[in-house]
Amino acid sequence: MRIVPFLISAIGTAGLIVVLNTQLPVGGSKTPRLGYFLSPQQGFWQNAEPVNASYNGNIKLAGLKGKVDVYMDERLVPHIYAENDVDAYYTQGYLHAKYRLWQMEFQTHVAAGRLSEIVGPDRIDTDKFFRRMGMVYAAEKTMKEASKNKDIKAAIEAYAEGVNDYIRKLAPEQIPFEYKLLDYKPETWTPEKTYLFLMFMSYDLTARGVTNDLKMTNARNYFGYEDFDQLYTNLQDSLDPIVPKGTVYAPAAIAVTAPASVDSLYYGKTNNGGTAAAPLGPDKNNGSNNWAVSGSKTASGRPILANDPHLGLNLPSLWYEVQITTPTHSTYGASFPGSPAVIIGFNDSIAWGVTNAGRDVIDYYDMKFKDSTLEQYWYNGVWNKADVKEEVIKVKGKPDVIDHVAYTAFGPVMYDVTYKNESTKGKYLALKWTAHEGGQGLQTFYDLNRAKNFDDYLNAIHKWSCPGQNFVFASKTGDIAIKQQGAFVARWNRQGDFIMPGEDNQYMWQGIIPNSENPMMKNPERGFVSSANQKSTDDRYPYYLGAASDFPVYRGVVINKKLAAMNNVTAADIQQMQTDNYNVFAEMARPALLKFINESSLSAEEKKYIGILKNWNLRNDIGEQGATVFRAIWDSLETAIWKDEFDRSPLPLPWPDEPILLDIMLRDSVYYFADNANTPDKTETLQDAVIIAIQKATKTCSELEKKGELAWGKFKDTRINHLLKIDPLSRLHLPIGGGVHIINATTKTHGPSWRMIVHMTDDIEAYGVYPGGQSGNPGSKYYDNFVDTWAAGKYYRILFLTKEAAEKSTQMKWHLKFTNS
Amino acid sequence: MKFLSALLLTALLAFATGLYGLLPWWSFAFTSFIVAMAIHQKAGKAFLAGFTGLFLLWSVLAFLIDNANEHILATKVANILPLGGSYWVLILLTGLIGGLVSGLAALTGSYLRQSPKS
Repeated sequence: MRIVPFLISAIGTAGLIVVLNTQLPVGGSKTPRLGYFLSPQQGFWQNAEPVNASYNGNIKLAGLKGKVDVYMDERLVPHIYAENDVDAYYTQGYLHAKYRLWQMEFQTHVAAGRLSEIVGPDRIDTDKFFRRMGMVYAAEKTMKEASKNKDIKAAIEAYAEGVNDYIRKLAPEQIPFEYKLLDYKPETWTPEKTYLFLMFMSYDLTARGVTNDLKMTNARNYFGYEDFDQLYTNLQDSLDPIVPKGTVYAPAAIAVTAPASVDSLYYGKTNNGGTAAAPLGPDKNNGSNNWAVSGSKTASGRPILANDPHLGLNLPSLWYEVQITTPTHSTYGASFPGSPAVIIGFNDSIAWGVTNAGRDVIDYYDMKFKDSTLEQYWYNGVWNKADVKEEVIKVKGKPDVIDHVAYTAFGPVMYDVTYKNESTKGKYLALKWTAHEGGQGLQTFYDLNRAKNFDDYLNAIHKWSCPGQNFVFASKTGDIAIKQQGAFVARWNRQGDFIMPGEDNQYMWQGIIPNSENPMMKNPERGFVSSANQKSTDDRYPYYLGAASDFPVYRGVVINKKLAAMNNVTAADIQQMQTDNYNVFAEMARPALLKFINESSLSAEEKKYIGILKNWNLRNDIGEQGATVFRAIWDSLETAIWKDEFDRSPLPLPWPDEPILLDIMLRDSVYYFADNANTPDKTETLQDAVIIAIQKATKTCSELEKKGELAWGKFKDTRINHLLKIDPLSRLHLPIGGGVHIINATTKTHGPSWRMIVHMTDDIEAYGVYPGGQSGNPGSKYYDNFVDTWAAGKYYRILFLTKEAAEKSTQMKWHLKFTNS
Repeated sequence: MKFLSALLLTALLAFATGLYGLLPWWSFAFTSFIVAMAIHQKAGKAFLAGFTGLFLLWSVLAFLIDNANEHILATKVANILPLGGSYWVLILLTGLIGGLVSGLAALTGSYLRQSPKS
């Protein structure tokens, strides 16, 4: 034995193994354990699925009561045929896990404030944010309440069992790709995680207020209430509400009255100091379109229903298509990996869809605490004991972080001395949110999956509390309807738009509006119902709906205009409409801009771009340069008008919405904000602001043109990010038009996350597409195979078959048999 | 002949340990070490046999998987790592990593058997 070389090479071998078995820091992130990751028998190579893989199989699941047959079609959509409901959800859980396990766990980790556990200390603030919002608290509360219904409890438990059966059978080398990349392992799934996922949707669709209310409070303090109310007006001249203008409503069942101190304490005649914006907040563009056309307007004489929820676009997709058929019901649609049942879809009798109601259901209260231990707070004239919850945040590679959150009569204290922005100045802000009140969770969708008619639909949606939605409905028997449903706060004017005083119950919510008073429309004379996140009613409705900035106006206008004009409608017409790129905002704004332009004073280059704008067909199709020029001028104009004044505020302010500036332009008023605050010797007019905007936009456009990016599709550059925002796992530079205020609401990272059209003929004619694929595995050809179809505005014809038909169908490519022995 | 049997045995045993997903990925370091002790060769040859055995095993396995996958995942990973998106470079890197660990383990085994004079 040669001792020295032996020792050297032994140490060298061990050293190399240690290095290859360690996550090494590179830049801001960490590499996978390279030896493990590259090992063909254990690492990522095992996730590279053969493109011609077979998905046939016989699977034993001990917990099944009977036998389940699953037919997979050529798009890898499972059609589940079970002998009972519980088995169907058991199988759905198994399939969700098989195709989307990593995503299901990741999304619920986000909701539970557990990201640091898998990615490290960078995400501690994000984790605190979600925990301080009371996400886990609310999920537990909802679970407790919803589980009182035995069917729901059984469904969610069977689903969890299915997920866990899959995890238990999962060989270590078969765990999804992202676990290998980040180096961790799947954990057991629990029913609570389904509720955490639903809480994440509540956050995404109703929690804009966590940032907005702070900014609005800043704005009110900065401008004073009178100016604020003018600048951020709640009047929307162009509004075409969900329930038409002029509808008469019964007087409010809950008579809300503003507290006597409202002028001084709330509208801010006394300035109570500023606060800053929250670090996070859901995307402002989270919205959707839905509509139903009655048989009186269709070629077939049967209703057609359409829905496209607009959400952040991610891979793996939020949605997973599925058919669930049992002796009690047969339903098809988009499901959430993480939850049983179908969320948006149809059965053999009815179809339904949802858009976000956008109503304000989240508020801040300014609390007084005795000291920083958070143990006692002042409420109704006495010191009350707060419930202090300890949050233990595990951090990858670092010691745990302990956070304390006080729960008050209003809810959890989100901001306090330990969690604040630079200018909260020791404020204690408690959060009150309808999502904290529990609720029946999944019950609405469970019932909709089984609904046979309008009454079933109404009963089902009346169990829905948060996030408030506009539920659209159509049935084979010819009914169409829409109802805005949720637990909506009965508010006095502007209640909750700003931080409210929390030292007593004067500013407490005075009630939840009864379901019977929520806006609804059934079988209207005009032959259609629709919603696009606009205000649901005009001002005759006896309750305050919330700040206008929560309600986009223009998509609703163009949808109603189109539907009113259409006759002999077919599913193909609706496809065309759902992917339409007409820009109704530009239709109104272009003339308002052009009237301020004196062409003789423009440079040759400026003239060129104004020429492009003038000749533009008002469509945001991918090739249109006019759409980019319009966007560049409008953005520059907003900057010219708002930036100088708003930058003077030490705290972040929200810029007024586009309709407000457009209205100012249309009225051509001498406008205070047009004057550049940074040029005290000069008074700029609106016309000056437009000229500045054109100069700036010309520069932008000419730079874009040099790079070959003046066409709208190139400029907008839509992408679908992987949930970890890793480019090679994302889809970039997608050729798709559309944008904000457009029916095809596709922006850079946001847009129609599931397009569905259902024609209620005897054999239902349905179409669907979402920007993703059924498999969550980046190594599968089914990972993103729908993306190009979606971008091109095309659809897949949905297969909705009986078991007998599925057995014989040549379009069913694989058969999975599930048995319990 | 010794070289070839060492190489093949190294690859075969590494493949066998890799079948048990619960063993760590580097378990083949032990088998390569043992092979080099059992089939005794000079240090340089032992390293080469150990290296080549794993280089071939890992790169051939990767190649086969990648081919059946039509390079979908390898191209993505070769962009993450970053290797310019080349699945070929990724396959060779895979072989190289396995080969180096195995070669060094074999070298260690060879030194353990070798007397100072031989």
